[in-house]
Amino acid sequence: MTGPRARTVRRPRYPVTREIDEQTGLGEAYMRSLLRAQTRLAARLCLVLAVVVIGLPLLFALVPEVREREVLGLPLPWLLLGGLIYPWFVACGWWYVRRAERNEDDFADLVDRAYGGEDRP
Amino acid sequence: MSAAYGLAGVLLVVVATVLIGVLGVRISRTTSDFYVASRTVTPLRNASAIGGEYLSAASFLGIAGLILAYGADMLWLPVGWTGGYLVLLVLVSAPLRRSGAYTLPDFAEARLESMAVRRVASALVVLISWLYLLPQFQSAGLVLRTVTGTPVWAGGVLIAVVVAVNVLVGGMRSVTLVQAFQYWMKLTALAVPLVFLLLAWRHDGAPGLSSDAPPRFPDRTTVSVGVAVTVDVTEAVPVTVTGGIDGHHYPGAPLTLNPGPHRIDQDTSITFPAGADVPHVAGRPVTTDREWAMPLDGREHSLYATYSLILATFLGTMGLPHVLVRFYTNPDGRAARRTTVMVLSLLGAFYLLPALYGVLGRIYTPELLMTGRADAVVLTLPGRLIGGLGGDLLGALVTGGAVAAFLSTSSGITVSVAGVLAQDILRGGVRSFRVGTLIALVVPLALAIAARSLAVADVVGLAFAVAASTFCPLLVLGVWWRRLTVPGALAGLATGGALAGTAVVVTIAAGPPSGLAGALLAQPAAWTVPIAFTVMIAVSLCTQRRVPPGVARMMVRLHTPESLNVDRGTWRPRRV
Repeated sequence: MTGPRARTVRRPRYPVTREIDEQTGLGEAYMRSLLRAQTRLAARLCLVLAVVVIGLPLLFALVPEVREREVLGLPLPWLLLGGLIYPWFVACGWWYVRRAERNEDDFADLVDRAYGGEDRP
Repeated sequence: MSAAYGLAGVLLVVVATVLIGVLGVRISRTTSDFYVASRTVTPLRNASAIGGEYLSAASFLGIAGLILAYGADMLWLPVGWTGGYLVLLVLVSAPLRRSGAYTLPDFAEARLESMAVRRVASALVVLISWLYLLPQFQSAGLVLRTVTGTPVWAGGVLIAVVVAVNVLVGGMRSVTLVQAFQYWMKLTALAVPLVFLLLAWRHDGAPGLSSDAPPRFPDRTTVSVGVAVTVDVTEAVPVTVTGGIDGHHYPGAPLTLNPGPHRIDQDTSITFPAGADVPHVAGRPVTTDREWAMPLDGREHSLYATYSLILATFLGTMGLPHVLVRFYTNPDGRAARRTTVMVLSLLGAFYLLPALYGVLGRIYTPELLMTGRADAVVLTLPGRLIGGLGGDLLGALVTGGAVAAFLSTSSGITVSVAGVLAQDILRGGVRSFRVGTLIALVVPLALAIAARSLAVADVVGLAFAVAASTFCPLLVLGVWWRRLTVPGALAGLATGGALAGTAVVVTIAAGPPSGLAGALLAQPAAWTVPIAFTVMIAVSLCTQRRVPPGVARMMVRLHTPESLNVDRGTWRPRRV
């Protein structure tokens, strides 16, 4: 007797998509969890970006040795801002896309699994 | 550069653009290319189209000019124009595609369910677009003048006419292929000459820029001043002048220029001896090559200016009127993200090049610091370093690339403004769109002819500052914050728009005053963006009863992956 009862407690009676459509408390909770995951990811990337682009001018201003330093025959600021920062942007972009898609897949799985369990043994 | 080759470059691009525009009508008449595109366009082609439309005269000509004049600090400009797409990717790309909005006013209306917010957004789109078009027309005049010697207004008129024809027959914008082609054309037009320029530089013994002296004429040099200019002379220098200077006319007479400001008339030639310091345009700081190569050593208040530039470019990109509509050609939110990453790669590849032009320009064309035409450095270098037929051909290639830059960006923006004018200010329909196109072009063209000559990248920078102070808060808060209200959005848009707009008008009309106030007005983003965000959030929190009723449904629409079968509401953008 405990098996089916436990299942009714754990699984909602309607598809979660319907809970979301009708904006029930449960549907809202699902939406908030997706939004929280995506907001956190976006905030993390923006923070890293901000540390780099706000940090570099400050570093150049406070530590004159850094901006006068030469690497591979080029002044370090030119090497960083004229070249290396671009591939770094692309790498950040790819990392973000993979994480954001994983968040969405997790959400889709969660929504499907919550209801689909009874249909699909 | 010989005029014939340059003119050939201009004409080739203009004719090709008109032809493709007219022929493209057949495709775009039958079915809306946007919908065809949304099913068939690969992410690479779509990303190339975004890049092609985004890389304007400011990127093609302006960055190299500003780096020539101001040095390392200006490296932040291309960095910000690329990084802006990273911020756009992270904060708004997928939700904006999922919103289904065509334009920024569409998004404002859909998210806040308010026509008032839509109208304010429309007015801001028009303002930002005109600010963006103005320098495109001005530098078109500069390019045409540099290659053929026509009056300054002619280039702007030429570009405006070509864009009007293209937009009115309905081609250009709808043809994703053309914009995609424009990206590769611009990349080639900058990269191929650069290879030869770098070879010539190596052959010349690879001179560097680490001396403690300001720029000097390496040899006896004759400088032709095309447009009247005031220059500051630092040391007395014997010159030969043909033309007018300080109100006197000289028919090729020797003269000593004493330290201080000198007014040089239009069409005057001055011959300087070898080793003379290059006089600078009045008001432009004279820096030694070593100072020039270091960040934060050029202008006054350079740390503030750097931060303000970073804020404007990183946050302003998402608010440009011609950027959003291109995301519509992605089939879904995920494709929009992947396309944006590809845009990042394409822009990164392009922006490696202009800085090198700036450096070579500092070595080989220092007289541009005196004529105040630093924006012409990209056009001048091939003829100066290579010469002969090769130099002419490479010069024609660069000129063609510059014209492509004017045409693609101006077309994209004109379509955006014309759509907004037709839908929100005129009565809608095809006739309104045509009237809108003419208004969209004539106003900035008149301003470009009337206003004093401005550095293209500086004015485009101001457009970014206005976008960052208005649409950035609206988009970021609209996408991520449920508690945004109509009064909050209105107050934020109005405050950001008024503050940044005032700074822009003062800077363009009168030139920024000196000192800290000047820095604050010339680079307003650092204070206007935080104020706009604060006002939008604070007013929203005070008016929580006015949260739009459909916000929960809108959040579902913006954030859930398309694979889920959920109710996303029924809102659709209106079509012109």
